[in-house]
Amino acid sequence: MGGLESFKPAPVDAEQGEERVVLDDTSIHRALMRIAHEIVESNADLKLLYLVAIPNGGVPLARRLAQNLESLTGNAPRLGILDTTLYRDDLATRGTRPRLRRTEMPSSVDQSLVILVEDVVSTGRTIRAAMDALMDFGRPQSVQVVALVDRGHRELPIKIDYVGKNIPTQPGESVVFRSEPQDESSDEALEVVVQSLAGSDSGLNPSQGVGELA
Amino acid sequence: MIGQDLLGIESLDRERIELILETAEKMQEIGTRDVKKVPTLRGRTVVNLFFEPSTRTQTSFEIAGKRLAADVVNFSVSSSSLSKAESLLDTAKTLDAMDPDAVIVRHKVAGVPQRIADVLDAPVINAGDGAHEHPTQALLDMLTVYQEKGRIEGLSVAIIGDIAHSRVARSNIYGFTRLGAEVRVAGPPTMLPPQVDVLGVKAYTSLREALDGVDVVMALRIQNERLGGGIFPSVREYSSTFGLDRAKLRFARPDAIVMHPGPVNRGVELSHDLADHRPSVILDQVRNGVALRMALLYLIAGRDFPQDQE
Amino acid sequence: MSRVLIRGGRVLDPSVDYDAVADLLIEDERVVEVGVGLEAENAEIIEAKGKWVAPGFVDLHVHLREPGQEYKEDLASGGRAAVAGGFTSVCCMANTDPVNDDPAVTQYILDRAAKDSPARIFPIAAATRRLAGELMTEMAALKEAGAVAFSDDGKTIMDAWVMRNVLEYSKLVDAAVVIHAEDCGLRADGVVNEGRMSTRLGLPGNPVEAEEIHIARDIRLARLTGARLHVGHVSSGGSVELIRQAKEDGLSVTAEVTPHHLALTDAITEGFDTSTKMAPPLRTESDVERLRAGLVEGVIDCVATDHAPHAVYEKDVEYTAAPCGVLGLETAFGVVNDMVQCGEISPLELMRRMSTAPAQIFDLEGGSLQSGAVADIVVLDPEESWVYDPAEGFSKSRNSPWAGERLKGQVSATLVDGRIVYQAGRGVLAR
Repeated sequence: MGGLESFKPAPVDAEQGEERVVLDDTSIHRALMRIAHEIVESNADLKLLYLVAIPNGGVPLARRLAQNLESLTGNAPRLGILDTTLYRDDLATRGTRPRLRRTEMPSSVDQSLVILVEDVVSTGRTIRAAMDALMDFGRPQSVQVVALVDRGHRELPIKIDYVGKNIPTQPGESVVFRSEPQDESSDEALEVVVQSLAGSDSGLNPSQGVGELA
Repeated sequence: MIGQDLLGIESLDRERIELILETAEKMQEIGTRDVKKVPTLRGRTVVNLFFEPSTRTQTSFEIAGKRLAADVVNFSVSSSSLSKAESLLDTAKTLDAMDPDAVIVRHKVAGVPQRIADVLDAPVINAGDGAHEHPTQALLDMLTVYQEKGRIEGLSVAIIGDIAHSRVARSNIYGFTRLGAEVRVAGPPTMLPPQVDVLGVKAYTSLREALDGVDVVMALRIQNERLGGGIFPSVREYSSTFGLDRAKLRFARPDAIVMHPGPVNRGVELSHDLADHRPSVILDQVRNGVALRMALLYLIAGRDFPQDQE
Repeated sequence: MSRVLIRGGRVLDPSVDYDAVADLLIEDERVVEVGVGLEAENAEIIEAKGKWVAPGFVDLHVHLREPGQEYKEDLASGGRAAVAGGFTSVCCMANTDPVNDDPAVTQYILDRAAKDSPARIFPIAAATRRLAGELMTEMAALKEAGAVAFSDDGKTIMDAWVMRNVLEYSKLVDAAVVIHAEDCGLRADGVVNEGRMSTRLGLPGNPVEAEEIHIARDIRLARLTGARLHVGHVSSGGSVELIRQAKEDGLSVTAEVTPHHLALTDAITEGFDTSTKMAPPLRTESDVERLRAGLVEGVIDCVATDHAPHAVYEKDVEYTAAPCGVLGLETAFGVVNDMVQCGEISPLELMRRMSTAPAQIFDLEGGSLQSGAVADIVVLDPEESWVYDPAEGFSKSRNSPWAGERLKGQVSATLVDGRIVYQAGRGVLAR
């Protein structure tokens, strides 16, 4: 079983297809600093900020974003982790139920300015699930979304407020965010790669993009 | 595991047990929320088919189902009221025609959940059958021990009491040994099943030897109906030889925890003091019961799914 | 005059230790001749090349449920199941409703059987009234009415004083007393063999000692009384030893074993299928080995099926609540033929345990192919393999542990009184 930290992203079989790095650690750092600035500009009462990471990818991103915000404002924002699995809209049509991830919400979101943090956004379904989940933790004053990567293919009317990079993808391509090691260390190396899966015409359909749902 | 029965721990591999425990661990968080409900099983129907009354287990399943937003229907049948014209399996078939997504079965006779599962499309979860198995109790016990000790592999667990007639004992024996713990059983010889080694445990008739150096002590409930059965002379003699109190607990490791599937016969299996205070973790067991059953319903409830779409 | 010529089969007549390929000629209801190259005009021919021709099987232990429980079985359906299984004579136990403890019931069974059954049916009367284990029955009147033996089968006579008197009194009518040996106190609520399986399954166990203690008691009572004791459905290896000792001591003790106790162990109770529930319960591998050895040696005299039909809905209940017993008549040969296939017993000796020996125990006609013997005959194909489906069978019930199983050894034809009453592919031909 392992404890709360035991979940590890499924290893990617590199030999399955081509893979190119589209964001390395340095550019991710830069993007997160820019996003921190944008958040500060857009929100009046920064004490109400509540970063809510969607695991797994959102967790290291939110942590860095929180550090950036603290260095800009002198205040560390509240930081929570919210698993959206139990709120997914595709549970009834899947052959197996996905493994759960951790949820750690240190306080209610009542009156907060919630910033959802996700690594890769595509269809918008995870963000929809996250908003439903959020409402079970109170009534936020507003909800905004950070995505390190927006790869398009939206299926729901979801707007991303802060985007690290737009990466339009072709069918058969997927966008994967990696953070190694994924623990309390702040020295983890972050990167985003685009994989073109070998021989997969059918590929992953957009709603099953590895970065977002696997 | 969607659509699969959970009839016992004996047939579960280590990987399955770990998936269930890991999922239960995540489910615990929901119980700490203000709104203790998620929409996961909205529109699904879970039936509690209890042939033997058990308020605790039935309530635990009911809360678990409701926290996952399933509709939970309680279908209580006393065995004696089953008319001759409607056999046990007729009852099951009738129920199946109502398209439940999971059926929780409790019966005083071993094997009934299995027989019902044989005729049902919906997955069956065994909530205790006779002296056979009580898999959800064992899983919640394993979760409790895991969270107390941080591991199960390498621990020593002593189960004390009427092993022969205990479904809790059987399921826990299978579960703990499968996860790499050493399990000992102890009780009066009349309460030890014949050829108990088939279960993979060592049997003791000395409480002191059984407790020597163990990490976990699990006391079983003495069923009142056994009192007249001639397998032990008196409650007083039982509690003096196999009842646990702080003095006897000293034979175990200093950090040993005490468990009991409940309800406790105070002063018989456990002293009053032990029943209420550390190192007993009885209320944690109950609390974990809901999360564990939520995990099972999450992993199992449903039917007619396209398998392995991922 | 009607004639039947069974041609070219391996004729097995245990009554004279005859085992050779030969023809067998029947005129009306008697065997006329066994020999090579027999010819007969206007005879119905049964080609038996590659098959065995033996005296019809005799079953000392069946439950035909009539009167009273005709929804499970009756004398007609039970008789059809018997001849389909190669049995030409079956002895039905007394636990009917009403109990066969009165000459009127015995007479009723015989009258109905004569009209309805293609097999010969011989009633076994109760040893005590209403099978209550207290007052003995009117054995003389019952014998006069046609009872061939006495038994409370299904129940055990627990009171040794009553049992002693039953045995003493049975000498008056010179009939065997058949025991259902289970010490009820020790058995308690046991439903499966006590041991590894009962411990794993959590079902109440029934130890072999419950049977052995009772057999030991009744063997001593047989010695005390000098009566004829027949031990029904022996299930444990230890019981075989007790019976061996009794025979060595020169007592008038005989014994039977069922096909299921010869072939199955308690391992098949794994899935809680109530078609595996019977009394005594299925035991272990070692018991099966010792029972098979006992049958080969002749310590166990014969095979008896303990054919015990129950309705589907009666068995579709909790394991502990289900009635005991399984079907046996139609599968018996396919099951015990395994012992020949495995080289444990010769065809001639197996036929002795199925026909000649049981006929002798109850003083029944049959068990012989000698000239002048009654033409109760079975033709068997020991190599034919088939799948048993109780729904296709002749019994009214379906409670068999062999449902859907493949068996090797099939009944080709059965003759009673010189008439073909069953033939594979044609079904039951009489009544």
